[in-house]
Amino acid sequence: MTFPRFTPGTFAPAPGRGSVGRMLSTHARVETLLTLRHGEQILLTLLIPLALLVGLSLLDILPMGDLVAADGTRVAKVDWVTPRILALAVMSSAFTGQAIALGFDRRYGVFKRLSATALPRWTLVSGRIIAALVVVAAQVLVLGVVAALLGWQPELSGVLMAVLLLVIGTVCFGALGVLLGGALRAEIVLALANIVWFVLLLAGGILLAPAALPDALAVVVRLLPSGALAEGLRAALVDGATAWAPLGVLAAWGAGAAALATRTTKVS
Amino acid sequence: MSESPQRADGDSREPALDLTGLTKRFGSTTAVNGVDLHMPRGQLLALLGPNGAGKTTTIELCEGFLRPDAGTVRVLGLDPIASGATLRPLIGVMPQGGGAYPGIGCAEMLRLVASCGANPLDVDWLLDVLGLNACGRTPFKRLSGGQQQRLSLACAIVNRPALVFLDEPTSGMDPQARRLVWELLAALRADGVSILLTTHLMEEAETLADHVVIIDHGEIVASGSPTALTNGDPENTQVRFRTRAGLDTELLAAALPEGYAVRETSPGSYRVDGSVDPQVISAVTAWCAQQGVLAEQLQVGKRDLEDVFLELTGRELRT
Repeated sequence: MTFPRFTPGTFAPAPGRGSVGRMLSTHARVETLLTLRHGEQILLTLLIPLALLVGLSLLDILPMGDLVAADGTRVAKVDWVTPRILALAVMSSAFTGQAIALGFDRRYGVFKRLSATALPRWTLVSGRIIAALVVVAAQVLVLGVVAALLGWQPELSGVLMAVLLLVIGTVCFGALGVLLGGALRAEIVLALANIVWFVLLLAGGILLAPAALPDALAVVVRLLPSGALAEGLRAALVDGATAWAPLGVLAAWGAGAAALATRTTKVS
Repeated sequence: MSESPQRADGDSREPALDLTGLTKRFGSTTAVNGVDLHMPRGQLLALLGPNGAGKTTTIELCEGFLRPDAGTVRVLGLDPIASGATLRPLIGVMPQGGGAYPGIGCAEMLRLVASCGANPLDVDWLLDVLGLNACGRTPFKRLSGGQQQRLSLACAIVNRPALVFLDEPTSGMDPQARRLVWELLAALRADGVSILLTTHLMEEAETLADHVVIIDHGEIVASGSPTALTNGDPENTQVRFRTRAGLDTELLAAALPEGYAVRETSPGSYRVDGSVDPQVISAVTAWCAQQGVLAEQLQVGKRDLEDVFLELTGRELRT
């Protein structure tokens, strides 16, 4: 190895803060690319929801209730399945993926590294939120196209409501993911995030509609973020209805988790 | 007007560091206990101490990662906690053990950190200088320890800070990389950057530092320039030399007048204690000739920093 000769003045101090817009966009881009590049994350966020979407739309596996919309018309299986799969996709990336990534990012000291730069603290969070929203947008696009090929016909009057639910749902599950991933050891986060994902998938109102459950259980499931998001998306995209109650449930979970996470999250 | 404008790197009349009575406890352990430290601008200060002496805690108090239990910290005249947002753009930090996303590539990480600064160095140039260009898209978690350290150092200096904190910058590096980093640090210092580093390498401190502070059990036990610390034998009471390891020190003691003690302080390093005169030097070299070995690096009246360090902090292994 030959030693470089450094020209005097090369390192003369010239400190200062970069533009906030550039910091934020660079950070969000890095977070997004890292998520999209991660093999296991893609399996969780895209391949499993895709397999369930195709399988459940084509095969008779689940009890889907009577498959009747609020106005009494029959609902095609793909129309019933797609909103629930979108809810699953949000939960997978914003909660499970986020929690696991955060657990290992902390292990590798990235927050200490970044919090020692001029990056304002709030961009550490907002960069992750933007990345989560970009990933969810990509998921919705891919799943939506595949669902359309399977004959999905969403109720167009509910699309705005659905977008609102997806955004608030992403922030809510993201906050829950940070709460889990920011407090515990990476291996424990990995195990818990997957267990919670699996339990909510089966019993949290995603695969089984609250309508197919006993009344008492149905109430509980509607109050879970998974049940609220799935039911809200179903109401919006099948019935074209507003879904303020599920939106309120998501907002409450998100606010609670965020408030708790600010106290429990450790940088390393 | 006589008033000088505020410079971009903070008020330049303020010292790089000013710590008074700094104390930090973790539960019942006092990690840092009443440390006073003053570091002028443009100096390189090396903080030495055994594992667990309080070096990292001191650095993290300066960086604003930890809140002191007592005492004050001023970094470039600023309180690192209350004025953290103002201070952070002015300083560069290399935390112990690096820090990056496990899946990120070197260039991506350095570009991310460079996006936080107003006048960053050229990222490709810096990667090239630190031999990181070949890493390409290899994720951080698969880099060698030395590569991770070099990336971390690059992140600490890329935004042309006025003051850098380097926690064991050369640990895990091979000798080539270590020498490159020493050259880099010397260039930083020559360009007016203030540097606080911790190290276990006495050679590193002796070569680079303007000022050495030895800390143990959270307290400063010695402080001064490397020359002042190692010139601790003005009465010439010691001879030290290096040669083959494992010679019989009893035999050498027998060859010297009564009252001289001989020790092999580490394999191949010998020390004779007693009043040193030309006859003693002659006896030592004659004895070496008899043994068929050459006495190298024969020194009188000078201790090396490692001796000073071991004398002050003891020889027991720290956990």
